[in-house]
Amino acid sequence: MRVALLVTHIRAEEKLILAAFNKRDISPDIILDRELNFDITCGAEQLAPSGSAWREYDLVFERCVSTSRGMYALAILNSWGLRSFNTYETAATCSDKLRTSIAFMKQGIPQPHTRVAFTPDSAMQAIEDVKYPAVLKPVTGSWGRLLARVHNRDSAEAILEHRQTLGDYNHHTYYVQEYVDKPGRDIRAFVVGDRTIAAIYRESNHWITNTARGGLATNCPVTEELDDICVRAADAVGGGILAVDLLEDARGNFVVNEINHTMEFRNSSQPTGVDIAQEVIDFVIGQIGVVA
Amino acid sequence: MTSETPLCPECDGEVDIPSDAMENELLSCAECGTELEIMNLDPIELELAPEVEEDWGE
Repeated sequence: MRVALLVTHIRAEEKLILAAFNKRDISPDIILDRELNFDITCGAEQLAPSGSAWREYDLVFERCVSTSRGMYALAILNSWGLRSFNTYETAATCSDKLRTSIAFMKQGIPQPHTRVAFTPDSAMQAIEDVKYPAVLKPVTGSWGRLLARVHNRDSAEAILEHRQTLGDYNHHTYYVQEYVDKPGRDIRAFVVGDRTIAAIYRESNHWITNTARGGLATNCPVTEELDDICVRAADAVGGGILAVDLLEDARGNFVVNEINHTMEFRNSSQPTGVDIAQEVIDFVIGQIGVVA
Repeated sequence: MTSETPLCPECDGEVDIPSDAMENELLSCAECGTELEIMNLDPIELELAPEVEEDWGE
């Protein structure tokens, strides 16, 4: 079995993934996204930076920290018929919060009240429609960057002016959500195929609870209810190997906030007791012979 | 791998390289906290890791 591991660089997760592959006697070729140089028309016969033709790989496992590089590489490789985790379609949906919201809406996945506008004036109206405090997010981005909780009209005007003046066009799509008054934590659940293999609470005194921003990870039991909503949410964006972020609203109901397609999990195996990397890799290996 | 301890290109501090280090692995300088990338293992070559870009993440 030939596997290409596509990365921006090697982080803790990639080392865990490589170790999990090695445990199954598979040694992936590591391919750096900085070395990619595709001829779109040449197809999978052309050589990858590893020196092997792309067609020789049974699977491309995409782990780029650069969302755009990973996503477009998948677009090309999938178009040539190469199998990948995740797929381009899943990556493209997950990397865009607006497309994710639409996917959730189509499948009836509960999510925070969300509005979208394209000018500062209409964005102000959107913020007032969802009511204060509101949350403004870039449609692309991760690790809690550039999120803003907006408490009143003055701060809304300031943030909108900054976005319009300093941001590129990506920041002129105003994605506005109600603020979900969660109980000092959110939930990160790891879905592999049709199963939620583990989940953590991310606790923080800050309203942004990402572990990348200092949120503390503790085990969250995977109940039937949590598994059901996570698997349905993952399916809504195309399925695969996904980290589903959920909030608990004031009534204790789950709402799905977003889904990450190149999930980070270095801090999650210890509190959950689940070898996330091995679960992922065993699933991937099991899927290679399955017709897509 | 050579035995000479590599130096941080930012602060000249000595950087401990883990025994299972890999090319293109990221690590932090214990002295100045700068994120570094291992460009070569034998001999060890360290460079400043690329700056985080706007589309980086999960």
